[in-house]
Amino acid sequence: MVDFGFTLVPSSRINLDLFDKEKYEELVSMEPDVRICMACGSCTAVCTAGKFVHTSLREAMEDIFNAKTDNALESLRACQLCGKCAMVCPRGINTRHLIMSITKVYSKK
Amino acid sequence: MKNNILIIGGGPAGLEASAQLQRMGYNVILIEKSPKLGGHLAKWDRLFPDSVPADEVLGSLLRGAEGVKCFTDTDVRAINRLDKSYNVRLTNGITVLSDAVLVASGFDLFDAVKKEEYGYGIYDQVMTNADLEAYFKTGSDPRIEHPGRIGFAHCVGSRDEKAGCRSCSKVCCATAVKQAIEVKQAFPKAEVYCFYMDLRLFGRHYEDIYLKAQKEYGVRFIRGRVAEVSENYDGTLLVKAEDTVAGKPLKVTLDLLVLMAGMRPSASGKAIGDLLEMQVEEDGYFAVRGGIAAGQRSPIPGIFLAGAATGPKTLPETLADARAAAMEVDRYLTEIFPDAKNYKQLVKERW
Repeated sequence: MVDFGFTLVPSSRINLDLFDKEKYEELVSMEPDVRICMACGSCTAVCTAGKFVHTSLREAMEDIFNAKTDNALESLRACQLCGKCAMVCPRGINTRHLIMSITKVYSKK
Repeated sequence: MKNNILIIGGGPAGLEASAQLQRMGYNVILIEKSPKLGGHLAKWDRLFPDSVPADEVLGSLLRGAEGVKCFTDTDVRAINRLDKSYNVRLTNGITVLSDAVLVASGFDLFDAVKKEEYGYGIYDQVMTNADLEAYFKTGSDPRIEHPGRIGFAHCVGSRDEKAGCRSCSKVCCATAVKQAIEVKQAFPKAEVYCFYMDLRLFGRHYEDIYLKAQKEYGVRFIRGRVAEVSENYDGTLLVKAEDTVAGKPLKVTLDLLVLMAGMRPSASGKAIGDLLEMQVEEDGYFAVRGGIAAGQRSPIPGIFLAGAATGPKTLPETLADARAAAMEVDRYLTEIFPDAKNYKQLVKERW
């Protein structure tokens, strides 16, 4: 087929039917508290890396639940594991461990 | 002579108020339009937040109201005010001369058919919270056969001006969380989604069951109202909403969608309100005389209100309201009929 140079823009829609349950269960087994995030955004608000580069654990969690795991990794790429987010999380999630677990599980292709 | 008190509505509010007023020594007549006492409570399986069986609570209410004269299948035909009392003609042919009337007419569940975009009554796999409770109670429903993916749509007939329901129904958030947990208990492998705008988990232990739903049962809470539902060829449902946290449109295929139908003023309560010319506020519920200070007195002397007749209430709130109404009735009757031979008067004379 002749290549006209046009490409389709990937859909910005969330399709929950694409959610990878197995990988998510793997993440839950490493860090069960992944389930209890209530998307308050405290972690993102205090993020030291986030002042300079787009970084958001809250968005990364959302992206995992919404089957957009590449975006999740991108939102955590600049994280330096300083652990400040763990100090402010109102539900006491070990966010530092959570970020490492997310990276471990979803970097495997 | 003892004072007669007519209580309209045999739900939790009516039953609790009858029990209290009977204990105070009054002559209580309770009428209920349906064949059975208990109101909505009789149709429910378990209650939030602790999943107490509804039958247990209803049982204790019925035991408390033992000895009260109950007329089921009975409504008010006509009512007219005499000097101090009310002459009430009932549909069973009996006429009651009542010194106080307590309206405990409760609520109706919002008719989910009105939200056509959700497809209740059109698509097979859409049901309401009441249908799900009936399933838990009876254990059978043709719509529920090992569902793999179940959604709960919050605020159906609540906070929806277009549907004529501006107010929050208060109890559906906690009910949805409770039912989501129960569905996971029944079908542990199922994925459960709750579509909400805000989660209003204001009461004691409510936040605990929310955390439990997330932590122990893995229920997924999605902030965003269900916008539309369509049916796939295979009978499953395609649900569309916006995930307003992610700021993106979302779709998901579900085997079952449960609509959290909200509370509306009861139609039969409105009919009684019309007979009494009772004042109704813009939201459709009865107006109270003193607002915060006297929430159980209607603006008409001798007419009292309890329970969801004055707006959505949880069951404990309804019971507390019924007890408060009983106190208000007692205070009123003591003032208006100081010579009546009620329990308190008899005790005084004996001493």
